[in-house]
Amino acid sequence: MAADESYPAELKYHSEHDWARVEGDVATVGVTWYAQDALGEIVHFEPPEQGSTVAKDESYGEVESVKAVSDLIAPLSGEVAEVNQALLDAPETINEDPYGGGWLIRIRLSEPAEVAGLMDVDAYRKLLEEQ
Amino acid sequence: MQTLRRTPLHDRHAALGARLVPFVGWEMPVQYTSIGEEHRAVRTTAGVFDVSHMGQLDLDGGGAHEYLQARLSNDLDRIGPSQAQYTLLTNERGGVIDDLIAYRRGPDSYLLVVNASNVEPDHAALPDARDVSHEWALLAVQGPQALERLGIELAPFTFREETVLGVECLVAGTGYTGERGCELGCAPDNAPRLWDAILERGVVPCGLGARDTLRLEACYPLHGNEISPERTPIEAGLGWACALDKDFTGVGVLRAQKEKGPAQKLVAFVMEDKGIPRQGMPVEGGGEVTSGTLSPFLEQAIGLAFVDAALAEPGTEITIDLRGRPRRARIVKKPFYKREET
Repeated sequence: MAADESYPAELKYHSEHDWARVEGDVATVGVTWYAQDALGEIVHFEPPEQGSTVAKDESYGEVESVKAVSDLIAPLSGEVAEVNQALLDAPETINEDPYGGGWLIRIRLSEPAEVAGLMDVDAYRKLLEEQ
Repeated sequence: MQTLRRTPLHDRHAALGARLVPFVGWEMPVQYTSIGEEHRAVRTTAGVFDVSHMGQLDLDGGGAHEYLQARLSNDLDRIGPSQAQYTLLTNERGGVIDDLIAYRRGPDSYLLVVNASNVEPDHAALPDARDVSHEWALLAVQGPQALERLGIELAPFTFREETVLGVECLVAGTGYTGERGCELGCAPDNAPRLWDAILERGVVPCGLGARDTLRLEACYPLHGNEISPERTPIEAGLGWACALDKDFTGVGVLRAQKEKGPAQKLVAFVMEDKGIPRQGMPVEGGGEVTSGTLSPFLEQAIGLAFVDAALAEPGTEITIDLRGRPRRARIVKKPFYKREET
């Protein structure tokens, strides 16, 4: 079952419809409700390798729906500390629980100052209204 | 900006909350709830598709039969009035301008149902035909329960005029899903009434997304993917729809290619590694993917590809370049899905 539309207040948002939960120097990231809804039923997650480097605003992996493939854009820079292995067998979790079990990777931040450049929930909702 | 054309059912789609997308100049529903659910509805019960974007060409009298015999690949002498035939409109190079269904209404009278994107090139190749696309709405009702839900009996590839659920229709035993069912042509003004009556029978509205995954499981070619003006029907495995013993546009090229064997062939494959193949991905050793998806029914990544003839045998392992990642796939016999005969 698809989740209901929501945008948790405690998260930071990126204009490519990613969210980040920053805890110390590690950020857990995923795609927003809007992104998973636009993609439709997600059937494949192509993750980056653990230990590889991701750069803010650049692609780090892919998600695919039945119809199309989309690049995943990193909201922050750093090293891939963990990949959500559960998604490899159950990519639909991204649709069902985009902010919980549908998290994609954890990034050990190399540029923590980048966090200040992300949007809060109000700014992100405003962006969605303009879409 | 180009204005998108709308079918007579546009308001119905919007009211159902369909995701509407641009498709060859039309604003069409790609899905209502989910491609997977709609796909499975057609495989297990019944679904209805609005395919009113498709084109219709009319030829009536004046030697229509001979005219089409000289321009379409299949042999129209094999069907009589009230029968339909899958056929190809070919060019001088043996390439495919379009694939279409010819409905023989009388000894010298035909209605051709063609791809929406090809109405103009088809009309250019068949200048004696009349473009009557604006006179028709078209609904496809498909699935093992499709005909019984509508209360009609109909043999495949036959058609007749009949009132269905109170609406005058051309009812044809044709479709593009691999299931039994029918296509209902009616006047555009009557289409919303027909649509509502079909939904009242518990038929599930289905979008073009499911239409594509269904036809891919059944290995039906899609123009622009498996067939194009640059590929011949012999390469695409459509030799069965080409009567090489009669004369039609490009037949010489096709006869020579059939004799010699094509350099590449269209094959079906399943992925052995993770990932979903997509149109345009290269096949190692020559060739490319023409269509790919995650099959909602088989729950497996599947695709069609042109490969060098030497690689075309079922069981052969091929490697596909999935955006820079080499991934293994295995060629299988077509189709992926075949309905059980009842």
